[in-house]
Amino acid sequence: MTLMLLPRLAATALLALSSALSPGAKKLNVVTTTPDLGAIAREIGGDAVDVKTLAKPSEDPHFVDAKPSHIVTLNRADVLIEGGAELEVGWLPPLLESARNGRLAAGSPGLIVASQGIRMLEVPATLDRSRGDVHSLGNPHFFIDPLSAKIVAAHIAEHFSQVAPESAPLFRANLAKFNAAVDAKFIVWQKLLAPFKGTKIVTYHNDFLYFAERFKLDVVETLEPKPGIAPSPAHLAQVIAKMNADNAHVILVQPYQNRRTAETVARQTNGIVLDVSQQPGAIKGTDTYVSLMDTLVRTIATALEAKR
Amino acid sequence: MIRLGKTVTLVAVVVAWGCASTPASAQQSKDSTARRQQRQLDSLAESIKTLQARLDSLAAAPAAEAPPASAAPTRSSGMYMNLGFDALSDFGWSTTPDVGSLQRGDHDPAVRGFTIPNVELTFDGAVDPYFKGFSALVYKLGPTGESGFEVEEAWAQTTSLPYNLQAKAGQFLTDFGRQNAQHPHAWSFVDQPLVLNQMFGPDGLRGQGAKLAWLLPTEFYAEAMLTVINSFGGTTSSFRSNESNEIHGGVPVDRPVNSLSDLLVVPRLTASLDLSETQTVVVGASAGIGPNNSGPQARTQVYGVDTYYKWKAVSGQAGFPFVSWQTEVLSRRYGADARVSFTAPAQTLPAETLSDWGGYSQLLWGIRPRIIAGIRGDVTRNSAAAFTTDLRENRDRISPNLTWYPSEFSKLRLQYNYDHRAQQGNDHSLWLQFEFMLGAHAAHKF
Repeated sequence: MTLMLLPRLAATALLALSSALSPGAKKLNVVTTTPDLGAIAREIGGDAVDVKTLAKPSEDPHFVDAKPSHIVTLNRADVLIEGGAELEVGWLPPLLESARNGRLAAGSPGLIVASQGIRMLEVPATLDRSRGDVHSLGNPHFFIDPLSAKIVAAHIAEHFSQVAPESAPLFRANLAKFNAAVDAKFIVWQKLLAPFKGTKIVTYHNDFLYFAERFKLDVVETLEPKPGIAPSPAHLAQVIAKMNADNAHVILVQPYQNRRTAETVARQTNGIVLDVSQQPGAIKGTDTYVSLMDTLVRTIATALEAKR
Repeated sequence: MIRLGKTVTLVAVVVAWGCASTPASAQQSKDSTARRQQRQLDSLAESIKTLQARLDSLAAAPAAEAPPASAAPTRSSGMYMNLGFDALSDFGWSTTPDVGSLQRGDHDPAVRGFTIPNVELTFDGAVDPYFKGFSALVYKLGPTGESGFEVEEAWAQTTSLPYNLQAKAGQFLTDFGRQNAQHPHAWSFVDQPLVLNQMFGPDGLRGQGAKLAWLLPTEFYAEAMLTVINSFGGTTSSFRSNESNEIHGGVPVDRPVNSLSDLLVVPRLTASLDLSETQTVVVGASAGIGPNNSGPQARTQVYGVDTYYKWKAVSGQAGFPFVSWQTEVLSRRYGADARVSFTAPAQTLPAETLSDWGGYSQLLWGIRPRIIAGIRGDVTRNSAAAFTTDLRENRDRISPNLTWYPSEFSKLRLQYNYDHRAQQGNDHSLWLQFEFMLGAHAAHKF
């Protein structure tokens, strides 16, 4: 009996030892450019990953300082998740150049470009900056479309599994869990916004395009005349006229956008300024993707109801 | 899809040939043969129908996805590099008609009226999986309207060396302090700080050479760099410069490169800490050690320290508001040998150590999106010497300015300079600078 147990014990000990020594015992160092990607990375990676995020939730993801501390963070990363579609073009390239991290090189499993695989909207046919700071690969604010988020989550799970194959079953299970949670909530969100199908709304930057398309809202104007171009009085006068004509009364503003401009417009259109965020953590109680979307949908639905 | 199309054509040709030959053969054949051929024809027609249906379905599918598919390749039209173009132009007036003596930088306003001091073409991209390449070619129009051209930078840098090392080789702006390695479009003022001009000449310190940089394995950012470049030329003016008589007052000696110590060595150590969520500080120390051509054994040492502090609001709009403060102090020990005076060849100047120092400090306030107010103070001080030259004159300058960025790709800057020169008194200048950029989106280092 003891003789029979011995090999089994030895095998168990060996297994324990190998799992302690294997790279799987070490958490995967994951760095994301923005908090939204961080939230999904945490859900997919679970205990097998350690997630750090470069941009703060309240920070405009187009304008993050390329602080030297980010170089150190990127130098030690096993995986980098970036939004892509030139969202981070103003600050990420010099950081990556200094980070000297071959694991994050283009084409490596350690680099995840979230926009890959997303059906991008507003891809310009010609590149012309007289139309503003148009991203050549399309509008990069796709994350608040739950179906896009699912594509990104699958993409993340696939790359995580390549980098840490020993945790692949965990990533697969977490992905299934994430998809199930989003699917269940998606029905609720659609129901909440269904009464407002076709309702006209206004945003500061054109960053609710994917959301509006998914939930059948209509972004009729942006306070910025063109992407990245500051609102001019002439353009705001046009927005006010259009809002009054179209019966649009809700202006969505993110924490890093100019609320005062939005307030001025709201006063002249019997409108309201709605403080929303696409980044988890910017508003209390929105640390996960589902809670972020839940808050976003409910805030917008409540405002649209009040302004009906 | 094209291959399928060809197959259909081929089948159609075979069928057509079959049809054409049928009447002739039918006359000679028995009924059974005719029926067999009819069956074959029917089956061929069926095949054509199936293939046509497949062709239609294939043609229809990409049509639905056509917009993104056709739009995607427009990006950089398949080029393997980013192209950038940047043009700076200045307009203004100074109380001195000899603007060149006041504004000594190569990218400074040079005359009363208009100057185009920097028209830059940049190329960058991955060379292969091992190197990144960069080049900046600069054109400028001189005070008399003549075009100048310089290969400002052309270098390759490794991307995947082990042990956190990075090597760079070619022609590049040397990592000495903060501003020296920046291109004019990244400067916060219209002109070069006086001290950089005095220590390194009108174009700053740059040259042909190589650099090795090591990212230290510390919790905070720290990087050690060692650059070795040629010590000869107009862009190494404290060393074996062909314009060195400006600095040491004597006729330069012909000094070939006899050993490694005749090259210019530039070590630098820099570190950064995030003081809080909104505050970051960067400090650095640099040195430049190499030969000068006042004599066959003469040497120069330039030392510098630099600090940069930045506060940025937690939820700023487009990165505003912010406050930044940058200071650099440099000192030079120029070991001048006994030498023949440049201005009076009969006279021999005694061996002497020229101890000079200078610095600048600039404060920027990003008031609201795309509007920045700045002020800079400049100072240079030089030890007494056996000769006099404009370049070693004690100077002070105060420069307030205001910059407006209509977008990230254009900039308008208004700057006033109050200049005090020990020998020549005070001057006042007002400069308006306009910049525009085309092509690749500029990414900014911290």
